[in-house]
Amino acid sequence: MKELLSGNEAIARGAYECGVTVATGYPGTPSTEILENIAKYQGIYAEWSPNEKVALEVAAGASFGGARVLVAMKHVGINVAADPLFTLSYTGVKGGLVIITADDPELHSSQNEQDNRNYAKFAKIPMLEPSDSQEAKEFVKIAFEISEKYDTPVFVRTTTRISHSKSIVEIYEPQRSPVPLEIVKNPTKLVMLPANARKRHPIVEERLCRLKTFADKFSENKVEINNANLGIITSGVSYQYAKEVFPDYSYLKLGLTYPLPEKVIKEFAGKVKKLYVVEELDPYIEEQIKAMGINIVGKDIFPICGEFNPSIVEKVLSPSSKQGVKEDIPLKLPPRPPNMCPGCGYRGIFYIFNKLKLFVAGDIGCYTLGFLPPLSAIDTCVSMGGSIGHAMGLDKALGDAAVGKVIAVIGDSTFLHSGITSLLDIVYNRGSSTVVILDNQTTAMTGRQEHPGTGLTLKGETTKKVDLVELCKGLGVEHVRTVDPFDLQTVEETVKEEIFRKEPSVIISRAPCVLLKSQRTKPSKPFTVFDEKCNGCKACIKLGCPAIEWKNIKSVSKRDKLTSDNKKRKGIAVIDNMLCNGCGLCEQLCKFDAIGEINA
Amino acid sequence: MPDSNTNILAVGVGGQGIILASEILTYALMNAGYDVKKSEVHGMSQRGGSVNTHIRFGKKVYSPVIKEGEVDILFAFEQLEALRYFGFLKPDAMVILNDHTVNPPSVSLGIDEYPRDVSQTIKKKFPNFHLVNGLALALKIGNARTANIVLLGVLSRHIRVEENFWIDAMSKVFPEKLIDINVEAFRLGRKEG
Ligand code: SF4
Ligand code: SF4
Repeated sequence: MKELLSGNEAIARGAYECGVTVATGYPGTPSTEILENIAKYQGIYAEWSPNEKVALEVAAGASFGGARVLVAMKHVGINVAADPLFTLSYTGVKGGLVIITADDPELHSSQNEQDNRNYAKFAKIPMLEPSDSQEAKEFVKIAFEISEKYDTPVFVRTTTRISHSKSIVEIYEPQRSPVPLEIVKNPTKLVMLPANARKRHPIVEERLCRLKTFADKFSENKVEINNANLGIITSGVSYQYAKEVFPDYSYLKLGLTYPLPEKVIKEFAGKVKKLYVVEELDPYIEEQIKAMGINIVGKDIFPICGEFNPSIVEKVLSPSSKQGVKEDIPLKLPPRPPNMCPGCGYRGIFYIFNKLKLFVAGDIGCYTLGFLPPLSAIDTCVSMGGSIGHAMGLDKALGDAAVGKVIAVIGDSTFLHSGITSLLDIVYNRGSSTVVILDNQTTAMTGRQEHPGTGLTLKGETTKKVDLVELCKGLGVEHVRTVDPFDLQTVEETVKEEIFRKEPSVIISRAPCVLLKSQRTKPSKPFTVFDEKCNGCKACIKLGCPAIEWKNIKSVSKRDKLTSDNKKRKGIAVIDNMLCNGCGLCEQLCKFDAIGEINA
Repeated sequence: MPDSNTNILAVGVGGQGIILASEILTYALMNAGYDVKKSEVHGMSQRGGSVNTHIRFGKKVYSPVIKEGEVDILFAFEQLEALRYFGFLKPDAMVILNDHTVNPPSVSLGIDEYPRDVSQTIKKKFPNFHLVNGLALALKIGNARTANIVLLGVLSRHIRVEENFWIDAMSKVFPEKLIDINVEAFRLGRKEG
């Protein structure tokens, strides 16, 4: 049967078809939908782990018991999981263990652009790279076979374009895993004490040699000989781009990019006059081919930064080719960055931070958007859970100079991911930072996934719900306060009190994400601006709520102008009642009582 | 390029239902027997940012993204966003434009101005131009949220895919209770657009 699947859906389907029974991960664009789709299949245990390291550790345990396991995360997630990863390469597996790394060239939704193919080489783990959804599904199956045959975890690498583009996939009935589920003691293989690990390292090296031989016979390293003048070595989506614009060139399309098939590459190189490598991000394939003593052109002419597309490949390889007419855009257009939703509970908090001119150590989530004007209230954003450490570091480095000036913000999901240990550090090492936990009861940015604080699992079962207040107290924070982020005055007072405290403190801002369906009761009444009262002071505009617009008085309609008998105002605020969520923040900022509920 | 694939670029603002409309379009094309690829970016862009979806179909499609200057149909849900993608259109491209504006933050803040006379600008450059008031039509059947499907109905008149394939595609993406109203919206767009 044919289905239209995204790369992520295809990976989930692949896991189902080859008998995976355990799947773990942490949400992160572009990998999120893999676990969401796996969770829909009966017979697969699937969990959102609190972070990627835990996800990989749970996966390792399941694999040791014989289960086929899939672990999915975005590229930077592998950094979090890197600790167990490198040693898992030594222990090997029992049931197949496949790790999806979803890389994000062009940083559509990430904090860096790292090329995780380097991890394969670094951790000595084989890596497959599918180039469309059909292959994404097939390669998962192949990855499990390699994993079990060679006793190793296996990477499958996607990029955003593969994860989120849909193409046609042939689907089949699921098969059972060939590996028996059982507990077998094997400490010399699984206990990585130095004495044991020392013995495992040569095994890893020997395994790599066998994998190299396999690579040369592997049918997904495909040679297409057409035009003998020009050969392209490529992998992943880059193959599709190149094939699109140069259908007649010769290709070596690598399905396995670690280890590389040296013999096949040498043969291919011998058959074409001029050889190019087309790969996004790092010169990963290029460097290895050059090390084989083969002359190949790659990053000398192709960009290292950003995502490719057919136009880039065409322009670079054949600069004289006729390009589509690039029409001039008629005007300089205003950009349209993403923004926090109307009615989002973060907006008031950031408004206060901005007002108090605090240095805000930030983190990863929707609230990172608080960086944008007019809120302009995020000063750092590096890694998941990093904010708390940044605040602690600033306090320790600057001493009294930082008192009352620095605050850390972190979301609930991010806090549970990796903020807990840094908060513990503040307590333990006699810090005095104030941490605001923005508890919107979900993992909002990636599409509202469950986490240990929501009371529901990925499979939708009810479960224990961690109590953030008790958790912080348990870590030793004595001052834990909860605020309603829609009550600006209380927020401001609380923040002012806590930032001057010479002890660790936590403020928990509680308001569910406005997109959480389960939290939505009846829609609140939208607010409106009574234009005869609006004096055009722009106070409400400073919230940056997408529902509020500033209108120059010249552009307002006649009806509105008629009522504008008062003062020489330059313009008025207007609320779009299709967008307004009725949160009431703007009303609190208006000194002229010009904002209120419709029909109030 | 020697192939005869068709390239559709759907653009607009996060939250307008572009991804869903593109999904139905893609299913309908697959149902009708084409090779088809669709590409979009999730994550941050869903929070009210600029959104675009590439849909390519024909006998054999390689790249999931459209080359600059190769868009056959621009399917625009918002005026300013339509302008933003001019550079991707073929000189004889068709433009289907929803008569709707959403202010970007800098306009709401009173810093930038929203471009004037967008539809005139487009019409001058791309005479094969269809302006549709998706919202007004959707309100005719009493549900503002079906505007995206009305627009899809308009688009469907310019794509060689029989109606039943579209209807099948819709039953695939909508929950049971929403199918009828959306089919109605689709037919309205197909008739009136
Ligand atoms: S998705 Fe939720 S948390 Fe994110 S900006 Fe919107 S309301 Fe706020
Ligand atoms: S009440 Fe004011 S701040 Fe809240 S969503 Fe409506 S317009 Fe925006």
